Amino acid sequence: MADTKNLLAFEKPLLPLFAKIEELKKVQDTGKLDMTEEIKMVEKRIEVMRREIFGKLTPIQIVQLARHIQRPNTLDYINLIFTDAVELHGDRNYADDPALVGCMAKLDGKSVMVIGHQKGHTTKEMLKRNFGMANPEGYRKALRLMRIAQRAGKPIISLVDTPGAYCGLGAEERGQAEAIAKNLREMAALTVPFITVITGEGGSGGALGIGLGNRVLMMEYSIYSVISPEGCASILFRDASRSGEAAVASKLLAKDLLELNVIDEIIKEPVGGAHNAYAPAAQAVKASILKNLEELNKLSPRELIADRYRKFRKMGIFIEV
Amino acid sequence: MAKISISEWFSKNKQAAKPIETERLEIPDNLWVKCPSCRAAIYAKDLKSNFKVCTKCNYHFKLSSRERIELLADAGSFIELDSNLRATDFLDFKDTAPYKKRIEDSILKTGINDAIICGSCLVSGIETELGVMDFSFMGGSMGSVVGEKITRLIERGIEKKAPVITVTTSGGARMQEGIMSLMQMAKTSAALQRLREYGVPYIVILTDPTTGGTTASFAMLGDVHLAEPGALIGFAGPRVIEQTIRQKLPPGFQRSEFLLEHGMVDVVVQRKELKDTLTKVLRFFVE
Repeated sequence: MADTKNLLAFEKPLLPLFAKIEELKKVQDTGKLDMTEEIKMVEKRIEVMRREIFGKLTPIQIVQLARHIQRPNTLDYINLIFTDAVELHGDRNYADDPALVGCMAKLDGKSVMVIGHQKGHTTKEMLKRNFGMANPEGYRKALRLMRIAQRAGKPIISLVDTPGAYCGLGAEERGQAEAIAKNLREMAALTVPFITVITGEGGSGGALGIGLGNRVLMMEYSIYSVISPEGCASILFRDASRSGEAAVASKLLAKDLLELNVIDEIIKEPVGGAHNAYAPAAQAVKASILKNLEELNKLSPRELIADRYRKFRKMGIFIEV
Repeated sequence: MAKISISEWFSKNKQAAKPIETERLEIPDNLWVKCPSCRAAIYAKDLKSNFKVCTKCNYHFKLSSRERIELLADAGSFIELDSNLRATDFLDFKDTAPYKKRIEDSILKTGINDAIICGSCLVSGIETELGVMDFSFMGGSMGSVVGEKITRLIERGIEKKAPVITVTTSGGARMQEGIMSLMQMAKTSAALQRLREYGVPYIVILTDPTTGGTTASFAMLGDVHLAEPGALIGFAGPRVIEQTIRQKLPPGFQRSEFLLEHGMVDVVVQRKELKDTLTKVLRFFVE
């Protein structure tokens, strides 16, 4: 059943229906009356209303969905999609970064390396994982793992869900910019199939730092942008409260990015969003990864590099006078 | 190729030089310039002959891309390329002003077409591909034009086996181009990967300020990183970091010397020695 505690403002019209179901269930539990039909009816109404609400979401509402505290994280997907996972830790230089995780795992019985941001679902976990904002050691760990995959000839799957790379004192001291830049350069040279899925928040350089896949897929209610709507509003509009407008102007939704050819595919989410239905959401992600992987598996190492280069080389819109 | 010293050459071109950038410190007739760092009044001619470095406190004034090219390229050798590329407002982006208008205004104000000038030139007789950013054009922000010009610069470097040099100054990605500005980080870095495979050297000269997406891509991928003294170089800007960690930053944080200490920069070079040092680095590769 739905997690009514974490309903977003625009989902609030559903509340009375959820309350109704609770009521009916209580009656049902007394064993005096059979409410199964009634419950089913209300559930249907919820479904209908949800479809209606989710059919006309505004960009900033999608931003809220992308950031939902219950939105599945990388480790959730690893549990739901992959098997035999062994999490690998540390960049072998400085530390292990809990904000960016990585596992050796199997996908339908075949070995893959999975890396991704991990935000967490509770305050405690979010603090431990720095809300999914990785430090340089996170990006360096990611690169280490990608290179292991390359040596082993195994595909790489990266799952992106971060507000951005961490903007702290230590991050600067240890070379946040260099860590991301180096990842960009090295990812371009990977000789194995590489798929990136934007699962939640694709926050700027912090997202791109693990995001140079041969295919970049985006979940329906995820976002990908150069700056957060709030940052954009405060810098460009000089008014942080205008994030709604900024979200519209920045074109950060999956459909916008598909139109701009920045991403290759949109992964449909269950009605109500991935956080309402982990298993179907994960299955959709899995199906999309498998389909794309099958295509990429046909390419030679050299072709994979060329394919990735072509993809990013053509990005940019300008005129020649 | 006749060789002259930088100072000789600088004085030779004095008349041709653009008016000195004074920011908000304009003084009638531009005879005196106030140093933004130590507030001392400096005689404009002295400032000019000192490579626009404060004679009192060594503050390095910002240089325009043209001035920077004069400083680094052998006289008359610079051939500008890709100057026909123009930014376009493909997102219909409007903040306090429409992006379209910002582009037009910036072109008028700066006399250049975007935040970078690229071309082929000789540096002490060595053929190089040189890209110089300009902070006065929308804060040196990297949009599609900057990304494309840098990528073409790198591709020419590969084709001609000529060392690639970028001089960076940038506030980061150009937000008015949304995700496409972010993608320029990927594009330029991927091009640098190819440059590396071809064994062509790449040198970055970091100047004040270099931050954001520019730093997190082509500015941090040089074989050699030179930086001007006191230049602000970082991923996040100091204000953002202060807001994040809710404390004041220590003095000198994110300055060139700090980056040197933390292993991100090879040499901090005084501007008057910049061409000499660059020449020595280039010679290491080509001779």
